Amino acid sequence: MPLPRLIPCLDVAGGRVVKGIRFEDLRDVGDPVELGAAYSDAGADELVFLDIAATVESRAAAVQVAARVAEQVTIPFTFGGGIRSVDDACAVLEAGADKVSINSAALARPELIEEIAGSLGSQAVVVAIDTENGRVRSHAATRDADRDTIAWARECEARGAGELLVTSIDRDGTRRGYDLELLERLRAAVSLPVIASGGAGSAAHVAAALGVAEAALLASILYEQPSRLVSLRQELRDLGIPLRDAA
Amino acid sequence: MNVAICVYGAGNVRSVQLAFQRLGAKAEIAEEASAVLDADLAVLPGVGSAASAMAGLRRRGLDAALQERAAAGKPILGICLGLQLALDESEEDGGVAGLGLAPGRAVRLRDGRVPRIGWAPLEPGGETFWFAHSYAAETPAATATSEGLTAVVEHGSFTGVQFHPEKSGAAGARFLTRCLSRV
Repeated sequence: MPLPRLIPCLDVAGGRVVKGIRFEDLRDVGDPVELGAAYSDAGADELVFLDIAATVESRAAAVQVAARVAEQVTIPFTFGGGIRSVDDACAVLEAGADKVSINSAALARPELIEEIAGSLGSQAVVVAIDTENGRVRSHAATRDADRDTIAWARECEARGAGELLVTSIDRDGTRRGYDLELLERLRAAVSLPVIASGGAGSAAHVAAALGVAEAALLASILYEQPSRLVSLRQELRDLGIPLRDAA
Repeated sequence: MNVAICVYGAGNVRSVQLAFQRLGAKAEIAEEASAVLDADLAVLPGVGSAASAMAGLRRRGLDAALQERAAAGKPILGICLGLQLALDESEEDGGVAGLGLAPGRAVRLRDGRVPRIGWAPLEPGGETFWFAHSYAAETPAATATSEGLTAVVEHGSFTGVQFHPEKSGAAGARFLTRCLSRV
């Protein structure tokens, strides 16, 4: 198995990193390239940029962001938000991103997974699944997608997804820890790598998630501070988690 | 130093170009056989799946250009799928004939999580690189492995790597510097 991965997640809108609660009261917290490069320097294994505005205008800005990130950052990064077609995915990859993350668009039209995997390879397709009580949520978790989480995960794998990014909505932002029971069930159900998301409050939580998932998405636990990633990596090493030596 | 990066479909080739440019090389996107033949180093990155990639190479005449380069002993670097395409064949897409720049075949990964995605060390050497693949080379020309899988192939003027040096941070830059120094 490759080494466990730590993946800082940056929410972007209109080409800037933003922070808000449930997509409201967004405030500007910085430049995506500067923050991304700082996280890379701090030892991030990958980066995820999620365009939470996901409008046509914002996606055009997101492609520009991907191009600028690729110039400055030499670790892999994923772009998500507003990708609804193979052309959208190609534009982001040709700008320099390594993977796209799709969510509601895949729920609305699951064939999109096959189409992107067929053009760009499975390794370029992350399907993001927002889940609550074993059911899938869509549209930034505001709607019930009327699907069982495990069944949807299996379908994503069968259609050619390369990874699953699984966010436990009921844990998100709570700092109570990842939903380990869900991660265990997913691990048994699919053979894809799983990225755990939602609920991280401490290094112990991240370490526990990395026991059942290949990677942990890090959002609010970092407070948009790359220095926090440096200390978190040390705490994880002290807990016995093998992390890459980024030097 | 003039580097030609073969482009034959959709994918992240920009990062390969940027990685060489950071090292001071003149790296151009090449869709024509003449550019591939004339460069100091030709790079075959991996985009898409084996069948669509081989079709894209043939359509542009890049398959013959790469074979001519190899016969003339001119350096070629294959990255990820680019390594797999350089072998005799791949079992991806129901079986695809490769370029034959190095002996062997690409076979589906059978153990662990697939795709195999993440950072893993090389043996020998111990440096850690970024991998993202579902197939790996079975070849007598392997010169380094990662977790038992072929990570580097060297055969004549061809070097192939299963990892992505352009996405492997400082270790990747060191690897590409060594590639350029040998040209």
